[in-house]
Amino acid sequence: MELNSKIPTGPLSEKWTKYKAEQKLVNPANKRKLDIIVIGTGLAGASAAASFGEMGFNVKVFCIQDSPRRAHSIAAQGGINAAKNYANDGDSIQRLFNDTIKGGDYRAREANVYRLAEVSNNIIDQCVAQGVPFARDYSGLLANRSFGGAQVSRTFYAKGQTGQQLLLGAYGALSKEIEKGTVKMYARREMMDVVVVDGHARGVIVRNLVTGELERYSAHAVVIASGGYGRVFFLSTNAMSSNGSAIWQCYKKGACMANPCFTQIHPTCIPVHGDYQSKLTLMSESLRNDGRIWVPKDAEKARLLREGKIKATDIPEEERDYYLERRYPAFGNLVPRDVASRAAKERCDAGYGVNNTGRAVYLDFKEAIQRLGKQAVEEKYGNLFEMYERIVDENPYVTPMMIYPAVHYTMGGLWVDYELQTTVKGLFAAGEANFSDHGANRLGASALMQGLSDGYFVLPYTMQNYLADQINVPRFSTDLPEFEEAENAVRQKITRILSINGDTTVDMIHRHLGHIMWEKVGMSRTEQSLKEAIEEIKQLREEFWQKVKVPNVEGMNTELEKALRVADFLEMGELIARDALMRNESCGGHFRAEYQTPDGEAMRDDAHYAFVAAYEFQGVDNEPIMHKEELKFENVELKQRNYK
Amino acid sequence: MMKQNFLYFCLLFKYNKMGKKGLSSITKKLIMAISGAGLVFFLLFHGAMNLVSIFSAEGYEMICEFLGANWYAVVGTIGLAVLIVIHLVYAFILSYQNFRARGKQRYAVVERPEGVSWASKNMLALGAFILFGLGFHLYDFWSKMQLVELKGGEPVSGIEQIRFIFSHNYFSIMYLIWLVAIWFHLSHGIASVMQSIGWSNLVWQRRIEFIGKLFAFIIVAMFISVVIYYWLIV
Amino acid sequence: MNIKLKIWRQRNATSKGKFVEYQLNDIPAEASFLEMLDILNEQLVLKGEDPVTFDHDCREGICGACGLYINGHPHGRFKNTTTCQLHMRKFKDGDTITVEPWRSEAFPIIKDLMVDRSALDKLIQAGGYISVHTGGVPDANAIPINKHKADLAMDAAACIGCGACIAACKNGSAMLFVGAKVSQFALLPQGEVEWADRVQKMVARMDELGFGSCSNTYVCQAECPKGISVTNIARMNRQFLAAKIAEPIKK
Repeated sequence: MELNSKIPTGPLSEKWTKYKAEQKLVNPANKRKLDIIVIGTGLAGASAAASFGEMGFNVKVFCIQDSPRRAHSIAAQGGINAAKNYANDGDSIQRLFNDTIKGGDYRAREANVYRLAEVSNNIIDQCVAQGVPFARDYSGLLANRSFGGAQVSRTFYAKGQTGQQLLLGAYGALSKEIEKGTVKMYARREMMDVVVVDGHARGVIVRNLVTGELERYSAHAVVIASGGYGRVFFLSTNAMSSNGSAIWQCYKKGACMANPCFTQIHPTCIPVHGDYQSKLTLMSESLRNDGRIWVPKDAEKARLLREGKIKATDIPEEERDYYLERRYPAFGNLVPRDVASRAAKERCDAGYGVNNTGRAVYLDFKEAIQRLGKQAVEEKYGNLFEMYERIVDENPYVTPMMIYPAVHYTMGGLWVDYELQTTVKGLFAAGEANFSDHGANRLGASALMQGLSDGYFVLPYTMQNYLADQINVPRFSTDLPEFEEAENAVRQKITRILSINGDTTVDMIHRHLGHIMWEKVGMSRTEQSLKEAIEEIKQLREEFWQKVKVPNVEGMNTELEKALRVADFLEMGELIARDALMRNESCGGHFRAEYQTPDGEAMRDDAHYAFVAAYEFQGVDNEPIMHKEELKFENVELKQRNYK
Repeated sequence: MMKQNFLYFCLLFKYNKMGKKGLSSITKKLIMAISGAGLVFFLLFHGAMNLVSIFSAEGYEMICEFLGANWYAVVGTIGLAVLIVIHLVYAFILSYQNFRARGKQRYAVVERPEGVSWASKNMLALGAFILFGLGFHLYDFWSKMQLVELKGGEPVSGIEQIRFIFSHNYFSIMYLIWLVAIWFHLSHGIASVMQSIGWSNLVWQRRIEFIGKLFAFIIVAMFISVVIYYWLIV
Repeated sequence: MNIKLKIWRQRNATSKGKFVEYQLNDIPAEASFLEMLDILNEQLVLKGEDPVTFDHDCREGICGACGLYINGHPHGRFKNTTTCQLHMRKFKDGDTITVEPWRSEAFPIIKDLMVDRSALDKLIQAGGYISVHTGGVPDANAIPINKHKADLAMDAAACIGCGACIAACKNGSAMLFVGAKVSQFALLPQGEVEWADRVQKMVARMDELGFGSCSNTYVCQAECPKGISVTNIARMNRQFLAAKIAEPIKK
């Protein structure tokens, strides 16, 4: 297999214009004859489906929840970036491009990132026209805030619910098309497999979650917009039904998985409080603007804190270790996400962690309250403090908050070319499901930008280039042997899971997998830990297929849903570990303990690892083949990040 | 005539069952609101009229005479009856639809949250009770005054009738209970009219609720003061 | 802590349901209500029984998937809280907790505590959007929007579509849900183009789908996990009546 990224020639800033001018189009009469399947209704899926519908294609959209509006894009808090330069602070497309490439630690494709920066402005225009109630100032014009990794204010926001409002905008557009009949919505359906006919993606097998029946749908092209696979770590900020199964089926059918080891760990989450915990809650990054992060200097004091014998407020100022300020005097508490996360883990591993689990550090607003006054702090962070108090039952105005890093986003995903097409023809991937724009680390407020960019402004163009060659291909019957075969395989898998009837629940195994992933493939990885992880995951996978217990009930069976997803996570975890083991460098969200500077900072190896690793499936128990897409940086200079 | 009215009534139900034809839910609410508002204004007038009886028996007798078998009084009475019938019919239509919308299976436990008035959840029951009381009230007064006059007879004296009725403890207590029910109905109803018409916003919402309650208080206080006056004082 | 649960169990849409009691011991007070149900389900699975089915997803109060009727209140009795944000420490040791599904004619039960809320999607499809298509829109700053109105629009748009308003309403009315959407666009200049069509179509769809009408009890507002105001309903009433007079559409 040869990876062809299909990047248009010419200067960076003209590539997208050139592509659009030269691509093939489908005329309106032919659009009616073509069907498109979209999996997922988050920002990328909903916006793509709505746009295809408007253009005149027949669209079938599938979502796992009861309504397209529940996709996890809805949980994004902070905002969405765009190079509008409304703040007149020197922003430009070029600068947004630079920041994104640098933030991604030089592991993203230049052409894609530039296109993303280019269309970012159209996204804001589009969303405002849809009635998204972005924050405004008294002039009536749009307000901006600043975010990590940038020196300009380019983030547009709608209170702390930007993701919700953008998703509801896209959901509105989708609803409009559903009403018109161009889009057909299938809710409570989970994709079980993609059907490939003669090398082209031609349909999907889905499970109707209400009836439990398997259903077949055919189309001329399939778009995967099913989000990331962060729940391979069990505990994450992802929603409960977020999963990697859709992309995993694509991988098994020949699409390559790219950079799977690039996972983002967010430093400010509410810590784990017990084994029964199901998910973690993110606290906005903005808290680090005024909060100071510390642990006790004395490990003995930390032990007493863990045992609940003393309180954080009992520790005097001189016995507190503000370790970020100590290690990174220039950036202090505002170092990037990956750096802050690793530093917290380092302290906790060394025995200075607090909370009954020892897996937390303090985020203290005492100094800010003294400096700004309680009211000012309340105005800025009131809703976050309230959220914290609701979950932890402690008043952060009085006792310092406890935070700990948690898995948040996966930069890796299906390998796609410039057209967002995977290595399987007619199979496209958008949003978090693809790998394309964030390199090894995603900047805050860029996920929403990428999802909508792919859905509104990239796929509607690039898919036509593919579909223009499909106008003579008649609609497919779902009776083809390929459909039959795919459905049977899914049915067999389900029957096999139901017949095990062991003594372990799906969640127990998932929790165990999460533990392996977090401890050995988490924030800090070593060759040894990764090798162990690969073995342990293999064992756990065997255990799953021997011991899992899934009740055999007709119709709705939520345990079966979970089991099918965990079965895929058990394979995916291994690939993540393999990729991390292959990448002998530290970059962005991927930190290999062997590759660090003497003072503990990440050490990138541009000479050997400036490439995208795309894996080709060779069977569950065989090592996949790795293909390399070399990354060429013609417009930015590669630099080592330094926050001291 | 009766039959026609009945058929019309049935038709309304039928249409509303289908839910597609007929008036929209908001329009029906508007009808409830406007007829209700009309009745509130009538009560205001009625209360003021009653109050006169405390200060001047002759004045009251004069009003009773105005409201005898004169054409304008008859027109007013018919208008009032129409308002009541409309309010009633739509109350039943809406309640029936709402009952259906609630579904067959009911909650095992229901708790009224803070900020929700008891009256608002029991308007139909209150209305039914008020209607029941209205029957007695019409029998006590109207049937002996305007109705008699319309039939060509000699009506009783209004002031005498008031004195007679409220000289009895049980009548007075029944009337007081009835008036309290009216107060509950109005305490929600008046602000509700404003909401249904669409005259409310974040700033005015509380003020409207207050004004509604005040209005209800004034109206009911006028009636109650007459009952108390003739029952306990005179 | 130890608690007793009375949970509505129903195999599927057509079967007859009933309350089943479960005794749960040693529940950590820090667990969320849904995590408590996870613990129950894990025990049920190990015993070979069918676990309790309920909708849930983001578990941070924004997706609107979760929705249980707990002790007589949708999402429990605490203000501005979704079921997933409710923690067990809010209950007392030895409490009996009654958990029911949303009950409304418009929300048929799928299984146990899971209901079908697709009627809410159908309401939005009737016109809960601005009909712009992708591309060809003016610059985002081309129309200045009064900050207060933009903020009010945001407050209305905060609806998570959980359906608590309908579940709580004795009339099964969707007026708060529809009113919030109508208001969001009524307050913004972008929404003005279609104002008359939008409100009439959405109200017509609401009646068609068999939702009840509003009797202004304001239970919806009291139970809404996002605190959406009933003044949005007043705004919709105003718009609807104005539209019926000024720009009526044929049915």
